[in-house]
Amino acid sequence: MNAAPWLILFAPLTAAVVITLFTLRSRQLSSYVAVTGVFVSFLAALAVFAGPDHAAGFNWIDVGIFQVPFGYVIDDYSKMLLLVVTGIGLLIQLYSLGYMADDAGQSRYFAALSLFMFSMLGIVLANNFVMMFIFWELVGVSSYLLIGHWFERPSAADAANKAFLVNRIGDFGFMLGILMVWSASGTLVFGDLAQKWPGLNLSPAYALAAALLVFCGAVGKSAQFPLHVWLPDAMEGPTPVSALIHAATMVAAGVYMLARVFFLFEGRWAALGVVLWIGLATSLLAALMATQQDDIKRILAYSTLSQLGLMVSALGLGVPHAALFHLFTHAFFKALLFLGAGSVIHSLHHEQDIWHMGGLQRRMPLTFWTFAAATLALVGCPPFAGFWSKDAIVATAFGRQPLAGLVISLVNFLTAFYMTRLFVVAFWGSPRSSSAEHAHESPAVMTTPLVMLAVPSVLIGLPFIAPVFVPSSEPEAPAILAVLVSLLVLAAGVALGWRFYRGAAKDPVHIPLFANRFYIDAFYGRLVRYTQDALSTIAGFTDRWIIDGGIVKGLSGATFWSGFALRFLQIGNLQAYAFLFGIGVVLLLYIILFAS
Amino acid sequence: MVTLNDYLMVSGLLFTIGFAGVLLRRNIIIIFMALELMLNAANLSLVGFSRFNVQNGLPDYNAQVLVFFIITVAAAEVSVGLAVIVALYRARQTTHVEDITSLKF
Repeated sequence: MNAAPWLILFAPLTAAVVITLFTLRSRQLSSYVAVTGVFVSFLAALAVFAGPDHAAGFNWIDVGIFQVPFGYVIDDYSKMLLLVVTGIGLLIQLYSLGYMADDAGQSRYFAALSLFMFSMLGIVLANNFVMMFIFWELVGVSSYLLIGHWFERPSAADAANKAFLVNRIGDFGFMLGILMVWSASGTLVFGDLAQKWPGLNLSPAYALAAALLVFCGAVGKSAQFPLHVWLPDAMEGPTPVSALIHAATMVAAGVYMLARVFFLFEGRWAALGVVLWIGLATSLLAALMATQQDDIKRILAYSTLSQLGLMVSALGLGVPHAALFHLFTHAFFKALLFLGAGSVIHSLHHEQDIWHMGGLQRRMPLTFWTFAAATLALVGCPPFAGFWSKDAIVATAFGRQPLAGLVISLVNFLTAFYMTRLFVVAFWGSPRSSSAEHAHESPAVMTTPLVMLAVPSVLIGLPFIAPVFVPSSEPEAPAILAVLVSLLVLAAGVALGWRFYRGAAKDPVHIPLFANRFYIDAFYGRLVRYTQDALSTIAGFTDRWIIDGGIVKGLSGATFWSGFALRFLQIGNLQAYAFLFGIGVVLLLYIILFAS
Repeated sequence: MVTLNDYLMVSGLLFTIGFAGVLLRRNIIIIFMALELMLNAANLSLVGFSRFNVQNGLPDYNAQVLVFFIITVAAAEVSVGLAVIVALYRARQTTHVEDITSLKF
């Protein structure tokens, strides 16, 4: 049995355990332990990447017909994602050394980060649904720990709760989906399922329900509409965490899972349609919301939502390869964007409002140039990475569902617009606050990961590099039209953003609907409050009138009043008692002798 | 010829008189005497049963043994009961049941 995959999985866990048990006191030592753990993981991932596809495992749970192995599967998908998770995870941990240098909770932070890596790698390696679900939940827990790292801030604690609860909703559907799949097929191992599932004689409704419930899990974890609300709030965590959660790992889990279980959707057009339009709706809504945000991390968060929507709609179009390709490139440039934003925030003493930035291109040249590269990659400017992966999706969309292609183009236009806005406002022009005036470049431990991420952000999508990492799909016909449309909307978006925001002192556009995120959060708040009120009213009524009033008071009342009535028999006359006693005896005799 | 029925009739009469005394008289000592009367009514019927249940030329001694038990228990009961009544009289200066109502609601 090959040890490398187990090494990948358990090195971060070991680091987390060691930190928690032994080195909590020493911040320095804790961070080194964590970095060592993920570095070992990364080396093992490289070894696995170079090695052959294989799978292994052992029987873990064996109860009658219910069997769950604990094993890994190494194929094109997991190889690629292992590299992304460990590679970007390593860079982010290195970056954290600088970013979290003066944080008192550093040991806790690195322990949680290592636990998070372990969970995510577990999802990637899992060869069956149960194992994936367990790691899926572990990701939820560790993201809770990380988002709530600054738990003394109420907003961070709330955001952590929100992320966890919203994820739970999706996970519940996921669990039901897993159960449906199991009860239909009797196996949970992906490999067996992929062979068995198409041959099963299932009613279309059952297959659809199972597929959509499994999709539910991805909706929660990958923050798709209508469960997208947790992701922007998760920005309360430290910025490297945002980079990790929103670039390489947590949100990627949903897309990866869907690609892994794509056999559930293969050829089932109703399910694919739902996936496609949920993805498109997320993508469009998030892009619209992003245009009116002021917090640099929130803009990036909504852009992540939007890009995740694209990946999910690529799955809905039936091309998991394209989805994973975009996931792959997006992981690099989005991590870079977040780390760049973190670098800005760090040097501006935790200023996150882009309208308090400006004029950073001379003061923070490295951050500026790497951020520029990532922005170009995100908006899909050739030959940066994002162009190639987006182009694959756009071309497929125009080929299969022109309407979806139009929506995606609109999203790309909006992406170009809001990224130009962010870039122009935050980096160009003159400083809008004293902290922006006194900004300085971040330390080398933070800028080095930026540079190391900038290289793949630029190069990784090139047609002669990408196939090394990404499972090659059957090449779609080169769609000149799609490329032209993409470039056109890109140019239009950039031009519009430039026109509006060049030298603007404050936001010239006001669209409250977008700024307030379509009031979806407010609506959920109301919904939760009203359902809670209704439920609590019912519960209160039941408690007060049925349980207290009926059962408790009823019992005590019956006892009291029967006792009260019986008290009148105690008249205090000895002869009356004797008389009653005599009557009793006579009655008893009568019953015994004559009535039986 | 005196039969068992005659004894039982007398016994029942005595019992009824005793029970009526218990119910109707107000003086505790009289009630006590009426109780004794009821016990003796039972004794009488037992003796009657003994006398008329002859086996192998002998009366049934089981019933007579029971009579001795009742006499013994009655003696004990009277001693305790009279002591209670004396104590009661010392406390309340009365032997009338209407006056003893401390436990009445």
